[in-house]
Amino acid sequence: MEEKYQDFFTGVKDSSPIIMGYIPIGIAYGILATKSGLGILETVSMSIFVFAGSSQLISIDMLARGSAIIPIIMMTFLVNLRHLLMSASFSLHFKGTGHKVMPFLSFLITDESFAVGNVKIKDKEYRASFFLGLGLSAYLGWVISSWIGASLGEIISDAGEYGLTFVLPAMFIALLVLQIQRRLDILVAVISGLFSLLFVYLLPGNWNVILATVIAATLGVVIERWR
Amino acid sequence: MEMKYVLMILGMTLVTFIPRYLPLAVLSKMEIPEVVIEWLKYIPAAILAALLAPGILIIDGRLMITPQNTYLLAALPTFLIAIYKRNIFLTVIVGMVMIIILNFI
Repeated sequence: MEEKYQDFFTGVKDSSPIIMGYIPIGIAYGILATKSGLGILETVSMSIFVFAGSSQLISIDMLARGSAIIPIIMMTFLVNLRHLLMSASFSLHFKGTGHKVMPFLSFLITDESFAVGNVKIKDKEYRASFFLGLGLSAYLGWVISSWIGASLGEIISDAGEYGLTFVLPAMFIALLVLQIQRRLDILVAVISGLFSLLFVYLLPGNWNVILATVIAATLGVVIERWR
Repeated sequence: MEMKYVLMILGMTLVTFIPRYLPLAVLSKMEIPEVVIEWLKYIPAAILAALLAPGILIIDGRLMITPQNTYLLAALPTFLIAIYKRNIFLTVIVGMVMIIILNFI
């Protein structure tokens, strides 16, 4: 029992770099959400239930452009498809874990908790406890930062506003660079970007992103198999 | 809370939870086909590029690849920081500072 708690608190400690990253993005999300028409309750509820930074920011962006609900949900699904791979890879660490804990562990999978957890989990005896400690503190960090942002929404300066408009592109740039591992990844990214630019003029809403992604990923597989 | 937002948050919760939960819950019983894994590996890079390209290249509904496009100008040093530091937090801060500076020049 003692050791179980120890691993939990090691997880809490290891979450500090994640929380450092969540604070500015969470605050930015909160501010932008209230600016695009959501109340504090909706803004914080989304962080509590969805807990996915990039898709929350995208949904806010789409709302501000007047998007309907269905494209936002489809977009969220596509953006978070990447969690399939993380969840699949995590199944190796949680072979003996009870099925009752699985929903909680799954909910706490994010790019950041996956990246940190993957490195630190291997030598832990109580892996589920460790990941719960890591994920829960990151989760609290995210919810509280977005609540602070939502409360600040009304009193932000113009300079701050200019800066915030670039938070999302800058985060996409960072995540994109971190995703690139092979030359083909660069090719797929360029193809996707070009198709997305083309479809912006041909399709309504954010369908350009969904279609460009599906085409580029499929071309990636075709090129990889055909070479 | 407006019904529209309740439905949105509900839908987003569902489609976020399913990809996180399903593989972890069932993978011990089922293998994902190789070709699907390959396809999934390209999704993050593809989706981020598809989001990013219009975000920095289309200004007020028009393609703008000129030095007057401050988003494009700010994106260049932001890319460099991301490539050399590989740190999300630092990249976001540099991007924000760049766009503030460019807007005041």
